[in-house]
Amino acid sequence: MKTLLKWFALLLLPALAAALWLAWPDVREPALVEGAALPATAARIEQGRYLARAGNCIACHTQAGQAPYAGGRRIGTPFGDVFSTNLTPDRQTGLGAWTPGEFWRAMHHGRSRDGRLLYPAFPYTSYTRVSRKDSDAIFAYLQSLPAVAAPRQEPELRFPYNTQLALRAWRALYFRPGEQREDAQRTAQWNRGAYLVEGLGHCNACHTARNALGGIDLARNYGGGPIPTLGWEAPPLASPQPMSDAQAAEMVELLQGGTSRHGVTTGPMAEVVFHSLQYLQAADIDAMVTYIRSLPPVGDAPVPRQPRVSAARRAELMRSGEPIYRQHCADCHGQQGEGRDYVYPALVGNRMLTGASAGNAIRSVLLGGYGPSTARHPQPHGMPSFAQRLTSEEIAAVLTYARGNWGNEAPAVSPVEVQRH
Amino acid sequence: MKKRFQAAWLTALLLACAGTAGANPADPMAERVQACAGCHGEEGRSAAESYAPSIAGKPAGYLYQQLLGFRDGRRKHAVMQQMLAWLSDDYLRDMAAYYGTREPAQVPRPPRATAAVLARGRQLVEQGDAARRLPACAACHGDQLLGVQPAIPGLLNLRDEYLQAQLGAWRNGSRHAPAPDCMADIARRLSGEEIAAITAWIATRELPQEHRPAPRRDQPLPIDCGGVP
Repeated sequence: MKTLLKWFALLLLPALAAALWLAWPDVREPALVEGAALPATAARIEQGRYLARAGNCIACHTQAGQAPYAGGRRIGTPFGDVFSTNLTPDRQTGLGAWTPGEFWRAMHHGRSRDGRLLYPAFPYTSYTRVSRKDSDAIFAYLQSLPAVAAPRQEPELRFPYNTQLALRAWRALYFRPGEQREDAQRTAQWNRGAYLVEGLGHCNACHTARNALGGIDLARNYGGGPIPTLGWEAPPLASPQPMSDAQAAEMVELLQGGTSRHGVTTGPMAEVVFHSLQYLQAADIDAMVTYIRSLPPVGDAPVPRQPRVSAARRAELMRSGEPIYRQHCADCHGQQGEGRDYVYPALVGNRMLTGASAGNAIRSVLLGGYGPSTARHPQPHGMPSFAQRLTSEEIAAVLTYARGNWGNEAPAVSPVEVQRH
Repeated sequence: MKKRFQAAWLTALLLACAGTAGANPADPMAERVQACAGCHGEEGRSAAESYAPSIAGKPAGYLYQQLLGFRDGRRKHAVMQQMLAWLSDDYLRDMAAYYGTREPAQVPRPPRATAAVLARGRQLVEQGDAARRLPACAACHGDQLLGVQPAIPGLLNLRDEYLQAQLGAWRNGSRHAPAPDCMADIARRLSGEEIAAITAWIATRELPQEHRPAPRRDQPLPIDCGGVP
């Protein structure tokens, strides 16, 4: 009897506690409320189209070259790949049979129509802050799209990440359904910005580093970090120094047009501008930047460990980098790294170039690229790829040179670091 | 005399300026596509040692389809995909039009195959193989393989490695054209040796003096091609 009790205490109690912990969110989740369905007026559909753009739904839920919102895009995660789902109103394979309440439950609780928990590649950790009214408008818009038959594709996740139990544990650790509360101490503009950045914008899905389990590290919210599986790094949005008015104006230009006086968006951010931000009203972009300026500073982003570069080696890289810069870079970026306004990014004070990690700069040199086509800058200028033209040693040298000149004071780049990309 | 000298001097100066600008400075597209020149050469005439194909003077409709293909993943190339990922259809159409109107230049490509291989290649290119429903390359790409407006590319002035890689990519399914993907069908009917022979022979053909793609034609193609309007 005594042994039995001991076993009970040793095994069963912790198991019960774990089960309770995993089930508790379900217990707390309120029953599905349909409410009075709002009529899908033209104005509501238009509002929904705007909000769907603010949420950049189309980027993940569209396979390049295929019907918009029909899903099927492969989304890489460190745990395997998932495929985005069909948001068009096809009854069998899309949202045709869904109700506004079920759609809101997916946005707010991360739960599918059949009750299954959704993988957090769908950023419901942010969308949970979207209001019911806005969710209904997005739903009305999605229902107005042409129906496309595109069956769901099974995720290719590794065990145990492909189980509902793992999802339950993940949610217990990292997901709290919530809403964006108005802060009465702040202006209406700030509150609007907070709603967009924290909700539909889901900016911290990339601009905050994730831990080993893929949870967003809220202790360093908006501190930037590597974006899992993409190879790009998101710059911090919370800056240690307050953002100047000039910097804020540049950020507005970048978000609206993809190209600013001194900079250009690249990598995944170019995608966000292309599909989403360029369509937002100026007042909403201003609000987002207002909110971003107010973010409390956090510690430096985690930098992948890099090989050490000695002072002598750095001097050597600086020396050999200069002629490479003159030959390949100066025609566009300027003799002094000044760039050309709205055409070629300046390298002086360029945050992407001079960040603690040179990853994005290395990728830009290797792959080249164009800024996004937007209404403001429909035909942006581009940068060639140097992957076939410069060696790792040469790329390390020219980046070390540009990171350490004209007032830039970033550490050297080693050829080994270049080879990692 | 002095005036004439001045005029000549000015002309020389103007020409020199045009030369350093690399391309026609009046055409804003010339600077916008400088990013392409790194691999595809000035005005799309790629260097002899470059793997990247010459694109100068190819039919604009064909080039446009390829740009869309890279952007949307039907063709795979990390750099091309990164370059074009967020460019609009309109911009890509303008880029294609720019390169479609450039003048190509022949790059010397000495034959690198035996006479027997070249003969086999020539036979397939000019006659195909009716028994295996293989149309001749020339049946679609033009008698001289110069391409046909608006969307069938010329095959001359390309490296055999590049041509081989394209047929190989079609055969193993990593390159796609809009359905029905005629080139994929053809590539799957070819053996590796045949691909080597065809591309070796094509690579030895020189651009003739008159090398523009043939005008659009009315008779149907011998095989259905989704990429050709």
